[in-house]
Amino acid sequence: MKSKGNICARFRRMKNPNLSDLTIKEVGELIAGKQIKATDLAKAYLDRAEKLNRKLNAYITICGEMALAQAEKVDDLMADNQKLSPLAGIPFGLKDNFLTNGIRTTAASKVLEDYIPVYDATTVSRLKDANAVFIGKTNHDAWAHGASGENSDFGNTLNPYDTGRVPGGSSSGSAAALAADMCIAATGTDTGGSIRQPSGFCNLVGLKPTYGRVSRYGIIAMASSLDTVGHLTKTVYDSALILNTTAGLDEMDATTSPEALVDYTDGIESGVRGLKIGLPKEYFAGLNPDIKKVIMDATKKLESLGAQIVDISLPHTEYGVATYYIIQPSEVSSNLARYDGIRFGNPRTAFGSEAKRRIILGTFTLSSGYYDAYYLKAMKVRRLIREDFIKSFTKVDCLLAPVSPTLPFKIGEKVNDPLQMYLADAYTVNINLAGVPSLVIPAGFIDGLPVGMQIIGPDFTEKQLYQVGYAYEQETQLYKERPKL
Amino acid sequence: MKIDIGHVAKLANLKLTSSEEKTYEKQLGEVLNYVSKLNELNTDKVETISNITGMVNVSRGDEAKPSLSQEDALKNAPKVHNGFFEVDAIFGENGPE
Repeated sequence: MKSKGNICARFRRMKNPNLSDLTIKEVGELIAGKQIKATDLAKAYLDRAEKLNRKLNAYITICGEMALAQAEKVDDLMADNQKLSPLAGIPFGLKDNFLTNGIRTTAASKVLEDYIPVYDATTVSRLKDANAVFIGKTNHDAWAHGASGENSDFGNTLNPYDTGRVPGGSSSGSAAALAADMCIAATGTDTGGSIRQPSGFCNLVGLKPTYGRVSRYGIIAMASSLDTVGHLTKTVYDSALILNTTAGLDEMDATTSPEALVDYTDGIESGVRGLKIGLPKEYFAGLNPDIKKVIMDATKKLESLGAQIVDISLPHTEYGVATYYIIQPSEVSSNLARYDGIRFGNPRTAFGSEAKRRIILGTFTLSSGYYDAYYLKAMKVRRLIREDFIKSFTKVDCLLAPVSPTLPFKIGEKVNDPLQMYLADAYTVNINLAGVPSLVIPAGFIDGLPVGMQIIGPDFTEKQLYQVGYAYEQETQLYKERPKL
Repeated sequence: MKIDIGHVAKLANLKLTSSEEKTYEKQLGEVLNYVSKLNELNTDKVETISNITGMVNVSRGDEAKPSLSQEDALKNAPKVHNGFFEVDAIFGENGPE
């Protein structure tokens, strides 16, 4: 209770509130206990977001008016003694490819620089129903194409842990805004690693749910058979709280699953004793030795907590990037065909260079004479990749692997070499091809730079991933290591 | 493998400068060279997978429900005329332009 008292005192002073140790869980309890007001919280985050955005460029749009109106509603409901969702009053950043009714949504592309949606994405309306507060729309690689944030048509975002480096991508602004305490949680999309890699680069928890667990309706589509909708948080518990709100069937997205919903926080502290965790050898061969050491130390910690560590093989791993860079651009070229400048948006001349590169590649791989050799071949290899995962889960409960082959890299390091940038996705794309869920958690630091690791499970086992992540997080408390800004 | 960038750009309705065409030809040549590693795998007996959910024929009741108003649907259009989207003419006096 002592820490709560301190937080309250800080908010009463409101001169220089330290927002860095706040989680959804803590703030939810403070709001429910009427110890802080949602409007004070929203104002503190809006101030910090405005101030730090000049440095980090994490938000494309800050929506102060909407945030304050949402926060006032929470305070009114509290004054009326209503029972509210754990997300009520929580300041969120929304990736700018989530449609928000009445708030400009750009996909970080000049094509949509003036586009104001007339409806909400399902995830957005579910968060609204839970009375979350939207601080702003976060920056990202345009159309979610990229692994560094540098493909944004609105300028790149900086990594709060080292502003000379990228925060990862494509959910660059969501990761940077959260790491820099410009929100308490942020949404993201993950088609080939776009939630997980920036989470790893910014010491955050990132969930890529099972394909079909969270509705894609109202998300600006990238590659529809791979796109998943998830979120970034500081802690594992917070991630579970958000999934409780966003998961589930949606008649507006026919790929959402009727699979039963569970309370993802329930039993989160049950630990890893007796669990079999597989280490896929293909993800460690040739891995940077420093990163490897961080992850092997983490596996030892899990072992000391009672997990059994098992070596395992996913033999088609090395074909993942090649398969992904056929299927994904093919679907991109099809999804971006709708931007004709007639019904909404600017003409196709406004596309940036990475979008054009992918449209050309995808149009080619789908074109007459090449379709069988590229697209059809890739869809066959995709089956082999999914079968690797399914087979591995007959031997182990989940897998543990690195997220990125490198530490956060320097700004500009890979921008002129698309193939090198694509290879940055080597440890993440297979999970999207297979459709299975993956949870990234902070694993450690190397010279002040964050290293993440991912826990991968069978379809719809997010609850188990949270249990594993929570066990490691409680041991290490790495989320308390905040950037110095 | 080389992509005929001019032809593909036409299919994709993109206007590229000649320097863009040159850059993309080189960069995408490298990408195609990389993805050709899939040919190492014999997939003759492998079925394609286009839908990993395994769900088939997802449908809902055929019921009319509220949808976007005409006004909302036109809100972001650069040109409208009498409640319709306005587009440039695609036919000249002597047939398609």
